[in-house]
This record gives sequence, C-alpha cells and structure tokens, in this order.
Amino acid sequence: MSILELHDVHRVHGSGESAVHALRGVSLAVEEGELVAVMGPSGSGKSTLLNLAGGLDRPTQGEVAVDGTVLGGLDRRALAALRRRRVGYVFQDLNLLASLTAAENVALPLELDGARPRQTRRLALAALAEVELDGYGPRFPDELSGGQQQRVAIARALVGQRRLVLADEPTGALDSQTGEAVLRLLRSRVDAGAAGVLVTHEARHAAWADRVVFLRDGSIVDTSGPLDQPEELLAPPGGGR
Amino acid sequence: MSIKHGLLALLERGPMHGYQLRVAFEESTGGTWPLNIGQVYTTLARLERDQLVRQLPRSEEGQRPYEITDAGRADLASWFASPVSRTDRPRDELAIKLALALTTPGVDVRAVVQAQRSATMRTLQEYTRLKARADRPADLAWRLVLDAMLFQAEAEVRWLDHCEASLVRYSPPPLRVPRAAPDTPTEARRS
Repeated sequence: MSILELHDVHRVHGSGESAVHALRGVSLAVEEGELVAVMGPSGSGKSTLLNLAGGLDRPTQGEVAVDGTVLGGLDRRALAALRRRRVGYVFQDLNLLASLTAAENVALPLELDGARPRQTRRLALAALAEVELDGYGPRFPDELSGGQQQRVAIARALVGQRRLVLADEPTGALDSQTGEAVLRLLRSRVDAGAAGVLVTHEARHAAWADRVVFLRDGSIVDTSGPLDQPEELLAPPGGGR
Repeated sequence: MSIKHGLLALLERGPMHGYQLRVAFEESTGGTWPLNIGQVYTTLARLERDQLVRQLPRSEEGQRPYEITDAGRADLASWFASPVSRTDRPRDELAIKLALALTTPGVDVRAVVQAQRSATMRTLQEYTRLKARADRPADLAWRLVLDAMLFQAEAEVRWLDHCEASLVRYSPPPLRVPRAAPDTPTEARRS
C-alpha cells in the first residue's frame, strides 16, 4: 500500500500575470519500505513537493493522501493531528529544540498528541536505541555532534506510529562520512517499514534511494530506478587489462 | 593502473604463486577487475625478466612461488609515490558528445543531458547498494574502490547539472561550416 500518494498535484503561488507555477501535475506514490529521492535545480519545485506531502501546504489542484487519508478533506485541526501522528520531518538544521534533552525532543510529537508521559518516554528511548543512541536520552543538543543530532531528528521523525519521513537536505552541514552514516540509518529505518522522501541536490545521497525523481520547472521529467543487472557495472573499465 | 604494480604490491605481503596472486588481486579490487591466469603469468614472466621478482624453488605442494626483489620493492615504492596522470586516461566521450550535441542542428541537448543523468544516477544507486552490503571492517579496501567509482559518477552528475544550468542562459550562435582549405577551387575563385 502507498503511504504517500500525490495525484496530479498543481501548486500555483499568486495569480494572474505574476502567478508562479511551482508544481505542474505531479503524480507520485511512495510505498512502504521505499525511499524516493527528489532532485532538481533550485526553483524546480522540490521543497514545494515536500511541503505538500507533509500537509504543510495545500495544492491548488490535485490530491495528496497520507496512509490512505486524503489531506484535502481535513480541517486544520485534523490535518495537524495527522501530521503529528503520521509524518516526521528531518531538515538540514534547526531540527532540535535546544532547551529539551534528546529524549524530550523525540517524545515531543507524542506529548503534543496527548500520550501519557511514561509511555512517551518509553517510546522515545526505544526510538533513540534504534538509531544507536542508547544512553544519550538525557543529553542536550549542544552536547551532541552534528551527526548525533541528525540521528535524534530521525528518531523523532519515526517515533511511535509515524511511517512517513520527509527529509530536506538532512546531511547538509555534515562531513561525508557522517552524512553517509545518517543516510545509511534513514535507509535502514525505511527498510524496517516506513516510507521516505529525500530532497537533495547531492547525487551521492540520492543514490541511497530506491527511485530518484528529477523535477524541472515543476514537472517530473524523469525517474531512475535501480538497474536490472548490477553485475554489468563491475565489468572492468575499458582496456587496461 | 598496471597489473605489474598490482602484482608487485601483492608480493610485498609475501611470496605467492600465480593462482594465489590472481585470487588476491581480485579480492583487493572487489572483483571490479577480473584477471585471467594467463595475464598473471605473462606479467610475472616480464617482471622476472626485469629482475623485479624471482621464482623460488619448488615447494612441497609442487608450486614455485614468486617473491619480490629489492629492485621490485624500489619500483613499487616509486609507483606509490607518483601521482596518476590524468592524461593517461582515455578521452571523455561524454564531454565530446555534449559539445557536438550543442552544435548539431535538431538535437535536444537537455534531453541528452537528462538521459545521461538518469543513467549515471542509476549507476550511482547500484554502487551505493553494493556499498551498503559491504559494511564489515574487512571490506574497507573494496569500499574504497566503490567510493572511487561513486565519486566519479557523482562528479559526472554534478557536471551534467552544471551543463543544464548553463543551457538555461544559452542562445545558440548561428552554426558555421568551416571554410574550405585555401587550395580548393572554391577558395581559388574567391581570391
């Protein structure tokens, strides 16, 4: 079943002659266990797509559904509840609240949703353990490295029953080894039964996805899935033998 | 990269016979560069001729392993110390293809760029998949070989992004056919 579905989605900012078409008829489905990367030049509609997928923005035309619920049919309160329960975000920075510990940051969406403190704490610690941060619960964000902070953000994105993680350049400020560890983790969390959309301009990061969608001027121009025969790539480089 | 230096590097670990060298070579390049046993023995014969290796007496198993000589060690050290020259690599067909696409009437250059980007991206995805599987400490050499291929493919995608961004601002000049050589009848008539 698709966890995220966009059907012929348009998003126009402004109207008349000054109207900007950020998305023009985008359709996309992301299944359970699937990570989809979105690439494209600045202004191609990547962030708009992510905002619409997470219910932070509404399409001018077309439908967005998360876990089978069409977002267009929800009022603001219901939409906010769905975001808290089903959707997690990981951004390049400003991910964590500095005044809360790692465990409190992870527990926050559950608490906002009215879960009991003891239960939220248990779920938060379990989520931290899943991103290999056992014992880091009491630490504050400024006591963690950049890579650890992003792992906390991933734990928070997928705590409780949340199954859709939307990541916008999650490895932005990290060095290549740490960035790779974050993507490896995102990949394994998605493999464990979530769905993910990763917006990035780094091809090496997009390569962790099952599918890469290329956006240009608000439309999907191409999609690349994996090869049928990866062995072909391991043929020796031409000549040289 | 030469098989010669690959074999010398492996012999620096200790004496080995041809088949062992072949297996060790393939292991250290993660199978990206399969060798046949004939190539191994031809190279060993040349190394022995140049006194970079020597063959040891027959072992109890009936094998005659090779060992590296001091001259071989010096040659190997000098190879590790020298950078690989870019001019030793073949011409970049893709760059030439795009240059021609820009100046050939009726070619959709953006489509050429996108087709290549999609293909390179797919390659990148597969390398990444192989890398995700190679996470034991013992896989480090193989991971680094994969990283080299990953970074090269990534560089290509970045270059293609750069090409696309440049195309947005590009308006093609009128195409010119180079003038004929001066000694042709056309040129003669003109002068």
